[in-house]
Amino acid sequence: MNRDLNLRRRYWRDRLMLLLLGIGTVLALLVLFLVMGYALVNGVAALNWDFFTKDMKPPGETGGGLRQAIVGTIIVDGLGLLLALPIGIAAGSLLAEYPDHPLTPPIRTLADTLNGMPAILKGLVVFVLIVKPMGTFSGFAGAVALGFIMVPIITRATEGVLTLVPKEIREAGLALGLPRWRVILSLILPAARAGIVTGVILAFARAAGEAAPLLFTSFGNPFLTTDPLKPMDTLPLRLFQFAISPYADWHRQAWAAGLVLFALIVLASALARWATRRRL
Amino acid sequence: MTQTKNYGAVKAARIPVSLGLMRLEKTMRKLLVTTATMAMAGLSLAQSLTGAGATFPYPLYAKYFDEYAKLTGVKVNYQSIGSGGGIRQFIEQTVSFGASDAPMTDEQIKDARTASGGSNVLHIPTALGAVVPIYNIPGVSAVLKFDANTLAGIFLGTIKTWNDPALVKLNPEAKLPPLPITVVHRSDGSGTTFVWVDYLTKVSPEWARQVGRGTSVAWPVGLGGKGNEGVAGVVKQTPGSIGYVEAIYARQNKISYGAVQNKSGKFIQADLPSIRLAANVVLPGDARVSITDTPEPGGYPIASFTYILLYQQADKNKAIKSEADARALSDLIYWILNDGQKYNEGLEYGRLPEVAKARGMSLLSKMTYNGKALR
Amino acid sequence: MQQTAPSHHRRSLAYSASGDRVFSVIIALLASGVLILAVLMAWELYSGGADPIRRFGLLGFLTGTEWDPVIKKQFGAWPYVLGTILTSIGALLLSFFPALGAAIYAAEYAPRPVAVVINYLLDLTAAVPSVIYGLWGIFIMAPFLRDHFYLPTYLWAANHAPGLLPFLGNPSGYGLLTAILILAAMVVPFTAALARDAIALVPAPQREAAYALGATRWEVMQMAVLPLSRTGIIAGAFLALGRALGETMAVTMVIGNSHKLPYTLFGGAATMPSVIANEFTEAVEPLHLESLIALGFYLFIVALVLNIVGGLIIRRQAALARGVL
Repeated sequence: MNRDLNLRRRYWRDRLMLLLLGIGTVLALLVLFLVMGYALVNGVAALNWDFFTKDMKPPGETGGGLRQAIVGTIIVDGLGLLLALPIGIAAGSLLAEYPDHPLTPPIRTLADTLNGMPAILKGLVVFVLIVKPMGTFSGFAGAVALGFIMVPIITRATEGVLTLVPKEIREAGLALGLPRWRVILSLILPAARAGIVTGVILAFARAAGEAAPLLFTSFGNPFLTTDPLKPMDTLPLRLFQFAISPYADWHRQAWAAGLVLFALIVLASALARWATRRRL
Repeated sequence: MTQTKNYGAVKAARIPVSLGLMRLEKTMRKLLVTTATMAMAGLSLAQSLTGAGATFPYPLYAKYFDEYAKLTGVKVNYQSIGSGGGIRQFIEQTVSFGASDAPMTDEQIKDARTASGGSNVLHIPTALGAVVPIYNIPGVSAVLKFDANTLAGIFLGTIKTWNDPALVKLNPEAKLPPLPITVVHRSDGSGTTFVWVDYLTKVSPEWARQVGRGTSVAWPVGLGGKGNEGVAGVVKQTPGSIGYVEAIYARQNKISYGAVQNKSGKFIQADLPSIRLAANVVLPGDARVSITDTPEPGGYPIASFTYILLYQQADKNKAIKSEADARALSDLIYWILNDGQKYNEGLEYGRLPEVAKARGMSLLSKMTYNGKALR
Repeated sequence: MQQTAPSHHRRSLAYSASGDRVFSVIIALLASGVLILAVLMAWELYSGGADPIRRFGLLGFLTGTEWDPVIKKQFGAWPYVLGTILTSIGALLLSFFPALGAAIYAAEYAPRPVAVVINYLLDLTAAVPSVIYGLWGIFIMAPFLRDHFYLPTYLWAANHAPGLLPFLGNPSGYGLLTAILILAAMVVPFTAALARDAIALVPAPQREAAYALGATRWEVMQMAVLPLSRTGIIAGAFLALGRALGETMAVTMVIGNSHKLPYTLFGGAATMPSVIANEFTEAVEPLHLESLIALGFYLFIVALVLNIVGGLIIRRQAALARGVL
């Protein structure tokens, strides 16, 4: 009798905990649903052809679009990625393949430190190192700041994936008499390709959503420009400016900017996956 | 044979990139080039200038530069980061021109002179504006009246609710609710702030003692909004709030704004005539002047000129890379002082009085590039 | 054809021991980019902020409560430090249990397709740009909280418990609590992802043994799984804390940007990153600017310490998991 009661209590407790876990899960994901839902509904309502084909209008005038910010985002983010890729992948390979290299321990610690560093500090440093000496804000400076954000993420992701590649592949390659560099380039990196791409996408998404480091690097520009040595507009920056403004039409466009920014990130990751999957 | 060739193709520079990633990189680059060329279609390789600063005249400047681009093809990128920012970036020489409603202090002019290796700073007035108290009180549509003491009291935090006796006494006909007052000020360095606290410093000894005047001050109470846009945004969103912005931000967004008592005891709601009256002052040689707390009986007490900041020796500004840049800048300012003025009143900014315009023109004529006059 | 000789030459060179040496040098050179970036950052922040730190003292700058660029020309970081501590700790506390719940549910309870969806959504949460959270915070969350929670509470307190008012502060919708809530939503995936991995690392025999003893599912979690994954879960919390400390835009958009102490629950506040975002381009006085950089330097130190501690915990967890295996 007593044992039975005890057992029933244990079962109840089990069910109660399941309920609590369920509530926790729902809470954890609730805000995501709300944010994405509002962004989708308000964003779609605000999207039109002008948004992609026209530049922004002066405040208080309705209409216009954010062509200049969309183009700017693609250029600044793409350039940032190009700057970050070689450094990040090289550093990741070093950490995974040369554990005894004297640079390995400090690079690992510093990559983690950089990764945990607030993005705004990276913008601050780029302002001092690039904007001031160049005498102008520029899309390039913004790209460096974003690259700064991507490098440590790519490094650690690459390292993580490379260590998962089976030892046997390395041994087989070396047994064939291939030098170490050839094993890394032709066997290990291709084997880890999918994982590396995932890491790169993650890094790209993190950086593409940042506005803080662009405030004083890429700066913004109401006109379309494709010259990375000129100040450039980006969607996160414009979204921030529009969101805090009092103009209803800018609020509308802020939602659209949010949606397009998110779509660009998703698109870039789909493209990267497709490009690396199809050819090999 | 093919084997050998392949080995040769692995170049040193490519080494750290795996084959797959090389392709990814190539795809991304191709994508970049395609978008760039697509974008090129809408781009003429025109002159461009960068300016930054005051948010106070931003709607006007955006209009100017939009029209100017249509007219001449010269693209002027103006970012409204606040007057403090305008002065700072001007001194840092990251912009072709700065913009501020607060004239630079002697200290700042000295900094600019040191940074540029000896160039003087020119303050070119471009327009007149008014800073107005805006508020969002549910159920109150009347124009509220404020005097110096209540404004100072609210912004010092001694007047805490909308039904405070001091406010009720000034506005007996408005039904003021017992709502707490949310003060909204600027979170960035601002010329609008400067004009606002310059006024409060002149009229309230308590304010002068506790807070003082500057482009960014230590606010005793309130929330911060970034730029005139940010302050108007917060006030519009927040019942029970009060803030201060350039009049156009209140008008464009249909936010109520109050009448302020001037030196001769009249309550004035800012409009073009009352701003123009306030500007009826003797202009000093360098055009740096404060026109708050005007003695004119019909003048609005919180008005200001807004300025564009230039280096007299344009070549000393690192952001100006060529004589063509300097010439384009000089032409732009000339246009603003003359043809551009016709856009002022459409956006409720005052046109420059003849005296101020003439002063602006004579200051502009001092601008040189490598010793060569630009006009 | 004429290529043969040089390429043959290159081949033999590349395939000798020196080829490997060249490769490792090149890769090390590129990798030291990471090193250079980190050192440059630390140096720039240190040298840029040295003046106010020297002037007010290492601790004096940290604990000074006045941030007054005009009259006293005094810069004390305490209001921002406190704001950073309150928002990030608050966000961590609020998000910790839901995140842990989601991780446990996805790892141990949910049927596989559901688990995949939850994991995917958690990853997605991490990829949503922070400005979008801020946008949602300004237009949806802040007005909602104000109308349905802050203002009613405030008005109730005004009538029934006026003693509470100084703690509640101004119910404008922008403020400390709003910032904490939005941050909590943003850091959930960081805690959840690491907790999930840590739980997955617990070897199956541990669970099987507990089931064999007749334990319920929750008891298995409680006795066998959670104790072993504890360190990993804590490491996830550290990571989330680090992220919350540095989050800038979303916080700047909803926190109200006021540095007047004392902070209240509903009232405005400010954090170290938010004040840098607000004032960095516009600080005119050199001392003001350097004080902002000094804030960045402190932020750097805090992030460094958090990362080192978190890294140690993760390494211990990994060792623990290997030890059990």
